[in-house]
Amino acid sequence: MKPFTYLSPKTVEEAIAFHGQHSETAKYIGGGTDVIVKVKEGWMEPDFLISLKKIKEMSELHKNEATGELSIGAMVTHATLEKSLMIQNEYPIVYDAVSNIGSLQVRNVGTIGGNLINAVPSADGAIPLIALDGVAQLHGADGERSSDVKDLFLAPYKTILKPGEILKKITIPPQAPRTGSAYTKFGRRAAMELPLIGIGVLLTVDEDLETCTRARIVLGVAAPTPMRAVDAEKYLIGKKINENVLIEAGKIAADESKVRDSVRGKAWHRKEMIRVHVKRMGLNCLKKIQKIN
Amino acid sequence: MTTNISFLLNGDEISYDVKDHWTLLHLLREEMGLIGTKEGCGNGECGACTVIVDKLAVNSCLYLAIEVDGTAIETIEGLASTDGTLHPLQQSFVDNGGIQCGFCSPGMIMSSKALLDENPNANREEIKQALAGNICRCTGYIPIFKSVEAAKEMGGQNE
Repeated sequence: MKPFTYLSPKTVEEAIAFHGQHSETAKYIGGGTDVIVKVKEGWMEPDFLISLKKIKEMSELHKNEATGELSIGAMVTHATLEKSLMIQNEYPIVYDAVSNIGSLQVRNVGTIGGNLINAVPSADGAIPLIALDGVAQLHGADGERSSDVKDLFLAPYKTILKPGEILKKITIPPQAPRTGSAYTKFGRRAAMELPLIGIGVLLTVDEDLETCTRARIVLGVAAPTPMRAVDAEKYLIGKKINENVLIEAGKIAADESKVRDSVRGKAWHRKEMIRVHVKRMGLNCLKKIQKIN
Repeated sequence: MTTNISFLLNGDEISYDVKDHWTLLHLLREEMGLIGTKEGCGNGECGACTVIVDKLAVNSCLYLAIEVDGTAIETIEGLASTDGTLHPLQQSFVDNGGIQCGFCSPGMIMSSKALLDENPNANREEIKQALAGNICRCTGYIPIFKSVEAAKEMGGQNE
């Protein structure tokens, strides 16, 4: 591996200052499960790696019980999310997604923020955060700004982050009562797999436990960046959720997806899987809501 | 750049001057001569290089040596007793045919150890999940799962 100097700032401000000093030749590193591979392969040749591991606030996972807002530091690992009972119980769609990323060895080290800013079309981590209306908090030399997670991605491997800018944390607004969510990664095998297609569904229903008041259908690998199937979401609003309604929503979502043929799978197959899994995840949401209420 | 780091390696206090770009795998194998930990793919796909850092199984090929400063590391060399008695997991892999060529075994055993230390009653599904990042090209996985289950009965979570 090409030699580099490792810098270990304790605050976000310090990290940004380091980046300012070495701009062209510096890269940030989180867990390193992607960055180290890129440096080893020579796809990335930094003279300085600025580690975000020692920045305490970036590793915090915290729910504000007064406001109901969830805050996920960008350096929170997949395994931390996976093992959190709060995440398992209150944000099952996050659990579904992160518990199937890579291997346990990767999840123990890899971070949710790294998964997002890599901006691969197959990023499992992005789907639940978009479904939950997550907001990314960014910090750069010009100060702080925020962006909806859904607007972070410009193209494969390209985000709105400016050079030197850091994704500090993701905040999730309070969830409405009677909300259910689920994600599935559909791939060729169970382990160590990138999704052929990723499907996340979140539904909120009225007090009758049937009528949909809010819907999010988010797809991974269905377009160059993670996408919301907004036509399918609109179709569900005001409808009494049942299998037939969800089958129709699945068809609409498949039609508005921009799937294509790739080495891992064919477009027609991906469309079929969107149809099937939008229905299944929708039913899964409904079951979760009815179990609690 | 070179940085002095301190860490616990299989219970022993270690102080070492490491280059910033060394991986933990490089430090263990090439610098310290602990060649029990293997390099397979070098990209975090195969798990042959699995070691335990602060109770968590990690791929040492993707972990920078400089980042183990202040941590406790366990490698395959730390499992057997000083008198040569094998750890229950090691004995169980021998007894149950969990080893064929042996290249994946240190990684398999360290992943299994991290699992049983945290969850001494892990069931087959949990064992599969914990070993999903460890590839074996010889035995297939059934003898390996059986080895972990047998070690569990022997108290595989104990040192």
